[in-house]
Amino acid sequence: MKIFQRSFKFLALVVLVFLSTTIYANTSTEDGGQVDTREEVDAYIAHHLQDSHDFSFFSYTNDEGERKHAGFPLPVILWSSEGLVTFMSSEFHHNDDGHVIVEKNGLKFAKIHSKIYELEAGATAVNFDAEHHATNASRVLDFSITKSVVGILVIGLLMFFWFSRLAKQYKNKKIPTGFGRVLEPLVIYVRDEIAKPNIGDKHYRKFTGYLLTVFFFIWLLNMVGLTPLGFNVTGQIAVTACLAIFTLIIYAFSGNKDFWVHILWMPGVPYLIRPILAVIELVGTFVIKPFSLLVRLFANITAGHTVIMALIAIMFVMKDSLGVAGATGLSFVLSVLIMFIEVLVAFLQAYIFTMLSALFIGMAVAEHDHDHEHDAHGHKIPDAQDVRGDFI
Amino acid sequence: MYNLIGAGIIVIGAGFGLGQIGGKAMEGIARQPEAAGKIQTAMIIVAALLEGLAFGALILGK
Amino acid sequence: METLLNDFSPGLFAVQTVLLLLLIFLMVKFAWKPILSSLNEREEGIQGALDAAEKARREMANLQADNERLLQEARLERETMIKEARQLKEKMIAEAEADAQVQANTIITQAQAAIEGEKKAAMAELKSHVAGLSLEIAEKVVRNELSNKDKQLELVESMLGEATLN
Repeated sequence: MKIFQRSFKFLALVVLVFLSTTIYANTSTEDGGQVDTREEVDAYIAHHLQDSHDFSFFSYTNDEGERKHAGFPLPVILWSSEGLVTFMSSEFHHNDDGHVIVEKNGLKFAKIHSKIYELEAGATAVNFDAEHHATNASRVLDFSITKSVVGILVIGLLMFFWFSRLAKQYKNKKIPTGFGRVLEPLVIYVRDEIAKPNIGDKHYRKFTGYLLTVFFFIWLLNMVGLTPLGFNVTGQIAVTACLAIFTLIIYAFSGNKDFWVHILWMPGVPYLIRPILAVIELVGTFVIKPFSLLVRLFANITAGHTVIMALIAIMFVMKDSLGVAGATGLSFVLSVLIMFIEVLVAFLQAYIFTMLSALFIGMAVAEHDHDHEHDAHGHKIPDAQDVRGDFI
Repeated sequence: MYNLIGAGIIVIGAGFGLGQIGGKAMEGIARQPEAAGKIQTAMIIVAALLEGLAFGALILGK
Repeated sequence: METLLNDFSPGLFAVQTVLLLLLIFLMVKFAWKPILSSLNEREEGIQGALDAAEKARREMANLQADNERLLQEARLERETMIKEARQLKEKMIAEAEADAQVQANTIITQAQAAIEGEKKAAMAELKSHVAGLSLEIAEKVVRNELSNKDKQLELVESMLGEATLN
């Protein structure tokens, strides 16, 4: 209980510090923030799904008709053509369509759809072509502390705080107390249900640390994504790509001789077919497996966020045809139902990502000491493990 | 427009596949209730693979 | 695919890589290693305790079986002893009876022999008495014959009547 209270206090403190120091009001120009029509809803959802350079909780229109945003700005760190450039995101004044130009170090920057562009020398405003692509500006390498990075940091700290606390408890007693009792079964679950069966009793110890980290990282970030704080970290393709590439690196570097033999020069296959199969296996191992990992997580979370926001938007879009009460009721019932499913999906996607990572690692470190059974003509009868290997 | 039609076809295929997986898993569990845990795990893995395929196709078509 | 690539932010990817590496390193060092080793330790402890309990239980069972066996053996021994004693008793009784029978028989035969002997002796004595008596009578008769013949005959008659052979 104590540890739970402490972590709760810790979170509350973080939120309060941010809130009290940096609530800032800003008048944005044309971005009304009002969402009424389908197009506005689409734009709003698309905006939410992207990473954001400032952390806003909500926005409202005050009596003078000004648009106010409650939240705090985040630092923008860019690697531009002139080197490192840093400034606070508040300098963009919540503009997201490239009309506010920030000048730093003699360079001009504009933010278009949550991406920061560097204007070409001499340009004073962003020009757009027919498809709304900027013609006189290019993307810069953006190492900003964005909302997603804040989410990663908060969850990372929380995880570190919780689990190092749990680890310390074991020093004095054999059984954890308080919040540790919730965490311990989860750790045991990942170890016994994900790592052990998929990697095998012999090798699982080496990889359990990675699998545990990834499992809790994805799960907690998925859950945070369902809160009104508006994080969408696991819905960022860069984040899921990074996770998938970590898995790829781990199984590529821990693969034993058998693993490579089965990929490059598989036994029991006619010699002419071997090179063709090797290409297929290589593509499967190094492109398709990580790609399916990263796309699955990204697409599930994106789809979940889109559906929830679309259902909430029923409130505004259908208030003319159903009446305010009807639209609100319908929206509420549907979003509560989908929310339940999304809580399940949040866990399931963390489980599946970890599970498949464990499976891929297990396939790389498995010892093929089993002799293939041969049928009457001397052909190999594939066993379940081979079929699974081919399938995945 | 065409990618919407493609998405529809993908969803039909994925739905059919998921139905097959779920149905067969149910049959398996009904036949051997004691193996329910193992069947569920295998079912989730296969469903996840199918889902990855479907999402991959959807993303590529987008 | 195009939007996907467009949404991919290399900067976020780099930041995430660094943070994830750091997180994995810290978590493994300060959380997972101690947690997993304590869990293993605890599980091994529990397994050890269970094994010890099982061993103790088995030993207890062995001990009990031993006791049972000893008891059974003692019971068996007692029974055989009782049986033997009974047999001995019966044998002794039978022997005694047989002895007694034999002794009685010998005593009886001895007695019979003694009776026979006595009888014979008595008979011999009687015979000698009779002979003596007869001689006496004969003497008296002979004496009387010298006086009166009739009287002698009378005498013999009476004597013979008196001397009944018993």
